[in-house]
Amino acid sequence: MTNGINMKLTKQEIEHVAKLARLELSEEEIEKFGSQLSGVLDYIDQLKEVDVTGIEPTAQVTGLVNAWREDVVEYCDTEIREAALSQAPEIEEHQVKVKRILE
Amino acid sequence: MTFRYALCVMRLNELTIKEAQELMAKGEITSVELTKACLERIDEVNEKLNACLTVCKSEALREAEMADERRASGEVGELLGIPYIAKDNILTKGIRTTAASKILENYIAPYDATIIVRLKEAGAVLLAKANLDEFAHGASTENSAFGVTHNPYDLDRVAGGSSGGPAAAVAADMCIFALGTDTGGSIRCPASFCGITGLKPTYGRSSRFGLVAMTSSTDVPGPMTKTVVDAAIVQKFISGKDKYDSTTVDEKIDDYGSEIKKDIKGLKIGIPEEYFTEGLDKEVAELINRAIEKLTGLGVEFVKVSLPHTKYGVPVYYIITPSEVSSNLARHDGIRYGYSVHDGAKDLAEVYLKSRGQGFGPEAKRRIMLGTYALSAGYFDAYYLQAQKVRTKIKEEMDKELEKVDCLLTPTAPHVAFKIGEKAADPLQMYLEDIFVTGASLAGLPAISVPCGFANGMPAGFQLIGKRFDEKTLFRIGHNYQQATEWHKQKPNI
Repeated sequence: MTNGINMKLTKQEIEHVAKLARLELSEEEIEKFGSQLSGVLDYIDQLKEVDVTGIEPTAQVTGLVNAWREDVVEYCDTEIREAALSQAPEIEEHQVKVKRILE
Repeated sequence: MTFRYALCVMRLNELTIKEAQELMAKGEITSVELTKACLERIDEVNEKLNACLTVCKSEALREAEMADERRASGEVGELLGIPYIAKDNILTKGIRTTAASKILENYIAPYDATIIVRLKEAGAVLLAKANLDEFAHGASTENSAFGVTHNPYDLDRVAGGSSGGPAAAVAADMCIFALGTDTGGSIRCPASFCGITGLKPTYGRSSRFGLVAMTSSTDVPGPMTKTVVDAAIVQKFISGKDKYDSTTVDEKIDDYGSEIKKDIKGLKIGIPEEYFTEGLDKEVAELINRAIEKLTGLGVEFVKVSLPHTKYGVPVYYIITPSEVSSNLARHDGIRYGYSVHDGAKDLAEVYLKSRGQGFGPEAKRRIMLGTYALSAGYFDAYYLQAQKVRTKIKEEMDKELEKVDCLLTPTAPHVAFKIGEKAADPLQMYLEDIFVTGASLAGLPAISVPCGFANGMPAGFQLIGKRFDEKTLFRIGHNYQQATEWHKQKPNI
């Protein structure tokens, strides 16, 4: 295979995808997912045999177009606000606190 | 009194919605009595089945009392005072919603899903939250972070998935009905495996607002019930446009109650030959053939149809689904809610990596990885775009055949419930379980699974796939079939 699609996923590829997905994987997981995902992709490869010339992709099936609504602020009472915020691991002054991004 | 005697023989939790409603309307029983009977049954069998993850006993009794008060003040309603169980990926305000994932183990939603709001308004009583494959990823409920659900007909076998908990709970009479969700068979597969009725409505028929999102382009919630009549009752309440879900469609909601009373003489059902080939268990095929004979006897005409792209349903599904899963599960980042590795993490990236790495189970990780790969630079056209185009072919083909007939009939699953552990080691084997159910999901069509007999003591169902928004014809055929058969009345011996 020259297009790289049918090949077994390499360790580097698995690590790259895991990084894109923000998943920390163990060595065992990297090994296991490598062979499992390669098997699934191999199976999925049969889609290539379908002639899709001139076929539009389907992203949704309802046929709805542009379901607009008014962009207005809706009131949300303190109880709901507090309940939503209370799920966060770290809060400061009614705001969710995150770790530093820039040095 | 003879009537009271009959009630003692038949335990209240075994009633259907229709039966329970009639008894409450006559004043023979109260919602509190009905609710207590269900809660006692949950106490009795949940340890064996692991169908319920959270039981909200005190809240349920309070809701039942309120329902009885509403009735006393003159209110009537088909779901007033009826106890039910919701799959645990449906948000319930103040009651834990885990999606059977460690990452949401302690998550308490600040609001109710729209379908829960609708049932609350109707006076239904929430008993418990039921088990599922983590984030609804699976066909056996073996992927739950909180243990597998056992099939009430054989505890060594799976209940199907991903709505295995609700299906087992309905089959074991732990509730009067349940709410499930179906993305690629998750209501229909367990309904078939547990011998109950399960409807996947048309995509856009019932609101997805407040479901833990999996595959936004095919997710849809629906009823899991003891009879087709009950499914029609529940569906009526959860149908309709929702301002919080812009993919819901403002389509006429038929009067299912009167539609199902019509006979089915002269209706035409298509049999897609591609669903009756390799992989279909002989005994299940025999049960389906007998169902076809029965329906023929009721006046239905069967015609052969062809859906040549059926075999691409699973590969398309396993590109579309992981792709949407990978973006939908990106929100579980350990920042705003859910499992978080916060202390000791040196920066934001580490919070993400560790929270997600430790919080998600193996199948969720596999799907996130697969989807991230399929959507990543260089692979998008080959996988995602190609899958979306083949999806178009599947949809157009099904729509075209449905123009010639009133609906399609297929097996729901290729075989009866398998042994726990039998397919767990190989993800691809588990994905192939979805072979007969992905088509209706990808095309957004309504589909119902109706019990049609037993093979080696295990139940199986047939599937009816209808035209878009034509749930009423599925209910009508299913109800006529149940009037003429007893399969839906069978009970497991737990």
